[in-house]
Amino acid sequence: MLWYTGKRLLQMIPVFFGATFLIYFMVFSLPGDPISALYGERPPSPAVIAQIRAEYNLDKPFVVQYLLYIGNFFQGNLGTTYSGRSVSEVMASAFPITARLAMLALAFEAGFGILVGLIAGLRKGKLFDASALVVSLLLISVPTFVVGFVLQFVFGVQLGWARTTVSGAAPWDQLILPALVLASVSFAYIVRLTRASVSDNLNADFVRTATAKGISRPRVVTVHVLRNSLVPVITFLGVDIGSLMVGAIVTEGIFNINGVGGTVFKAIRLGEGPTVVSFIAVMVVIFVLANLLVDLLYAALDPRIRYAK
Amino acid sequence: MPSKNHGAQPHFVAAFEDTPLVAIDRLDETEKARSTWADAWDAMRRRPTFWISSGLIVLILAVALFPALFSSVSPTQCQLSNSNGLPQSGHPLGFTFQGCDVYSRIIFGTGASVTVGLLAAVIVTLFGLIVGALAGYYGKWLDAVVSRVGDIFFAVPTVLGAIVLLSVLPDRTPVVIALVISMFAWPQVARIMRGAVLTARNSDYVVASVALGVSKFKILLRHVVPNAIAPVIVIATVSLGTFIVAEATLSFLGIGLGPGTMSWGRDIGEAQTSIRTSPQVLLYPSIALSLTVLAFLMLGDVLRDALDPQARARR
Amino acid sequence: MLALALASTGALALSGCASGGATSGDGSAIITTNGSEPQMSLIPTNTTEVGGGKIITSIFAGLVSYSASGEIQDEVAQSIESDDATNWTVTLNDGWTFTNDEPVTASSFVDAWNYGALVTNAQGSSGFFDNIVGYTDVANTKDDPTGATDDSGAVLQIPDPLAQTMSGLTVVDDTTFTVELAGSEADWPLRLGYAAYSPLPAVAFEDMDAFGQNPIGNGPYELAGADAWQHDVQIDLVTNPDYAGVRTPANDGLTIIFFASFEAAYAALQGGDLDVLDAIPESALANYESDFPDTFVNEPAAVFQAFNMPYYLEHWSGEEGKLRRAAISMAIDRAEITDVVFQGTRTPATDFASPVIDGYSDSLKGSEVLEFNPEEAQAKWAEADAISPYTGTFDIAYNADGPHQVWVDAVVNSVKNTLGIAAVGKPYPTFAASLDDRKASTLTGATRAGWQADYPSLYNFLAPLYQTGAGSNYEGYSSAEFDTLLKEGAAASSVEDATAKYVEAQEVLLQDLPTIPLWYQNTSGVWSETVSNVEFGWDSVPLYFEITRN
Repeated sequence: MLWYTGKRLLQMIPVFFGATFLIYFMVFSLPGDPISALYGERPPSPAVIAQIRAEYNLDKPFVVQYLLYIGNFFQGNLGTTYSGRSVSEVMASAFPITARLAMLALAFEAGFGILVGLIAGLRKGKLFDASALVVSLLLISVPTFVVGFVLQFVFGVQLGWARTTVSGAAPWDQLILPALVLASVSFAYIVRLTRASVSDNLNADFVRTATAKGISRPRVVTVHVLRNSLVPVITFLGVDIGSLMVGAIVTEGIFNINGVGGTVFKAIRLGEGPTVVSFIAVMVVIFVLANLLVDLLYAALDPRIRYAK
Repeated sequence: MPSKNHGAQPHFVAAFEDTPLVAIDRLDETEKARSTWADAWDAMRRRPTFWISSGLIVLILAVALFPALFSSVSPTQCQLSNSNGLPQSGHPLGFTFQGCDVYSRIIFGTGASVTVGLLAAVIVTLFGLIVGALAGYYGKWLDAVVSRVGDIFFAVPTVLGAIVLLSVLPDRTPVVIALVISMFAWPQVARIMRGAVLTARNSDYVVASVALGVSKFKILLRHVVPNAIAPVIVIATVSLGTFIVAEATLSFLGIGLGPGTMSWGRDIGEAQTSIRTSPQVLLYPSIALSLTVLAFLMLGDVLRDALDPQARARR
Repeated sequence: MLALALASTGALALSGCASGGATSGDGSAIITTNGSEPQMSLIPTNTTEVGGGKIITSIFAGLVSYSASGEIQDEVAQSIESDDATNWTVTLNDGWTFTNDEPVTASSFVDAWNYGALVTNAQGSSGFFDNIVGYTDVANTKDDPTGATDDSGAVLQIPDPLAQTMSGLTVVDDTTFTVELAGSEADWPLRLGYAAYSPLPAVAFEDMDAFGQNPIGNGPYELAGADAWQHDVQIDLVTNPDYAGVRTPANDGLTIIFFASFEAAYAALQGGDLDVLDAIPESALANYESDFPDTFVNEPAAVFQAFNMPYYLEHWSGEEGKLRRAAISMAIDRAEITDVVFQGTRTPATDFASPVIDGYSDSLKGSEVLEFNPEEAQAKWAEADAISPYTGTFDIAYNADGPHQVWVDAVVNSVKNTLGIAAVGKPYPTFAASLDDRKASTLTGATRAGWQADYPSLYNFLAPLYQTGAGSNYEGYSSAEFDTLLKEGAAASSVEDATAKYVEAQEVLLQDLPTIPLWYQNTSGVWSETVSNVEFGWDSVPLYFEITRN
């Protein structure tokens, strides 16, 4: 196990270089000159633009830009934004907020999703199952910006139960509503996944064996059915961490949360290579760790899964 | 114990605490073995849900291919004076914000939306399934490479990838949009498949097949994939819907379908601004999208049940 | 340990603010308003966008400031005088200080302007000093010695200033300086309320980067301590007790909260977490009057919106192009679009500037081309088709990172319905991407254009956009007649004469239609019932200093 974990951690190195290279190249390939665009319809003189381009190394060929970035990266300098702020400072303010939001969303989608999926799977074809299907369909078909807007309007404006927008410090309680919105689409996935696995496993021989042995129904459901149904759900959750963090652009926008998604999105639009790459580099590490955790959980959930060497 | 009159091998999934090394009873090797897939088809066609969902899908495809048969009103004749107008004769669902006929826009938008959703779902599923199955089954360096390449692709923010790719690609047809979406969505399916294969490859029947000397690849195809595919089918059917919505987001950001192309996603996005005053404009394309997702979800459910021998036997 | 202690004190102070009563005078009448994270650090000559501009005008006071209607009123200036509209003498009031107690002197202005103009300082607003004698020297450049080229193939220009300061600026004494302009300009003082003309304290020049993070000004407000600017979150301003000008705050401070979208800001206002919002998002256009029945504003402002027709496209040059542009213009039902799409928060255009600008007219010669007239539009289009038949699709390019899709779709539908041609909106993902095609002259059709005035002058709406070779004249319009009229206007000895020339120049534009005017964006905003005296300036920004908390 230790060996396996160590090997996986080592794999982070090529992934880090691969991802940063790819993403730096993509930002480099974005159409348009980011510096000219900063000034909107009123361009300053070409010499002014040329100087700023040089300041951000934008005048150099791609490979040089990338190497300069990587070189600085390992000296702890992640570059600066066009507003003169160091990228590490931006990260330090955005990541904790996003981490809180993503954790809450993950808890909501896992908690509610597995519960609803479990009941739907146990009562396949019944009213609860049908209602869960309708809700899932609704959440799939209605884009996040609509779900977010409606929840914000109903709970924030009309009922006044929650703040309509999140304050700068973004404490946990203010993030509940945004986390629900963020969790909405993945909720549908988890309900359907859990329901499918549960209904499959209900028919499995080991469940019938367990029932025949006289084990109580709740124990059969939780220990035998649910535990064996969780592998795909856990996998999905592991993959979803990424979308919850970087992909929360719309939710962050609606609730004015100063998080990773919005910052990366803004940096993409501005063509700020160092910002985008630094954020994504951290995200890559989070991915690799999340996936490693998921793989280790497999072994815990299903003793037949063993990792060689 | 499920028993069948034909010679399929019953599949056991044993609980972890009482895993006996079960041998396979009554394996009649003289009888011609029927594939899991053929069994699945037999089971499937006996279920009404299969025919309902297939009927709906055929209808949706017909609308997508021949929209003019279903609507005689032009979806591009828009009068601002009809903005968010209520239904009237000849316009059963009323008008959009720009004053276009809602019904005919839904009909004519079907093609692009279904192409994006279905094509992306198919590509993502097939590709993810193949690499996920190989990675989970063979493990070792193959797993490492596939998983880590997946991590890299998954790390690219879709918006960034889409802006770059779509500003290089000349025509933003539904096919191109589907390809771009697929490019950044496949690692999800690959990981799900890999996880399921990890479980399935250690099952008793696989161990038994190995003991019987069946070739490794054959086992993967015959036993592992059919038993691991259930979660992938779920993901594929749900994704179909989310991809159609993703197109809306891309269009909203100016990197979606080319100018003038109609789609449900785009109509849903445009109806957003008048959600407080005229929610019905948003409702109709959402219903079309829901029905499509529903049809594929039901079909997926039937297919999944059909591929699961225990569930099949129960019916 | 020290940092930790400081941080917790800050948090306490903040929560104290939030829970404190809303009575004025005890430091708790802080007004909150919407803004956006400044794109650059807060240096007046490098702030070119609204987010930073709002802050700069609040913490700095220039020679003059603008009243609500756009009239200039003296701040630090006692007088700005000239006999020939070329040589100006500026006299300052005594007693002004920066918030670090440094006196505001003639050098504070001259040094700041020289800093802004010098090419090696790479300031975004350097162009605002281009009419001062000596600007060409400090802004001088030369070809890159390595011969490096930019994307379009032109040799890169590197800075090569021939002087460090502009010879046209002379400090006479502590309260007097003179300005020599390169040409006469009767309405020159009108410019001086713009943020780029703010004075800077001596400490700024020691470390401009540090200054930009924590600027020291002389305006009605100052930053509330070293941590006042919480990046991406908000900036806290408090009143400056030493401020001696005409914008004395009636409140205790101003907190500008940064929002990623107006939608979010609107929701914050609805939820009671914001006092004043200076815009109305698309999704609230139909509701804002009922959401805030007594606390909204909607009146014409100095923002002009249009779309440009590049001349380099087939069918769009010469006589044929002229006919087609007129036809397109008359095919657009501006009244209906402003009414339905914008719910009356835009006003159909009748000229190339704005109703709040001196010289505005709704009856320019040839302005009937801006009225919806389907028959005439079809007739002109047919006339053009007789010269060379039109094929293909008419498109209007826009950047999808701005709120343009809805109106572009409405305009192309109007054109389509009237002229019976294929027409679509063509989105670019970012402004940068659209700018690329505009600069490279590779558009396939029209492109959206908009202009918000820097200072309330007709000239500012015309020269930068349509003069031959002007900086923002991306589509390359060039008319000798127009250029001459502008030059004559600039050289006129009185503001009235100048304006008359500019009006004439607009009539040339109406003939050529290098841009097709659509509408003026209104000042539209809403505020909560907990504040009063909300008045918006000519530039659509609220006069924050007047606002009081109830």
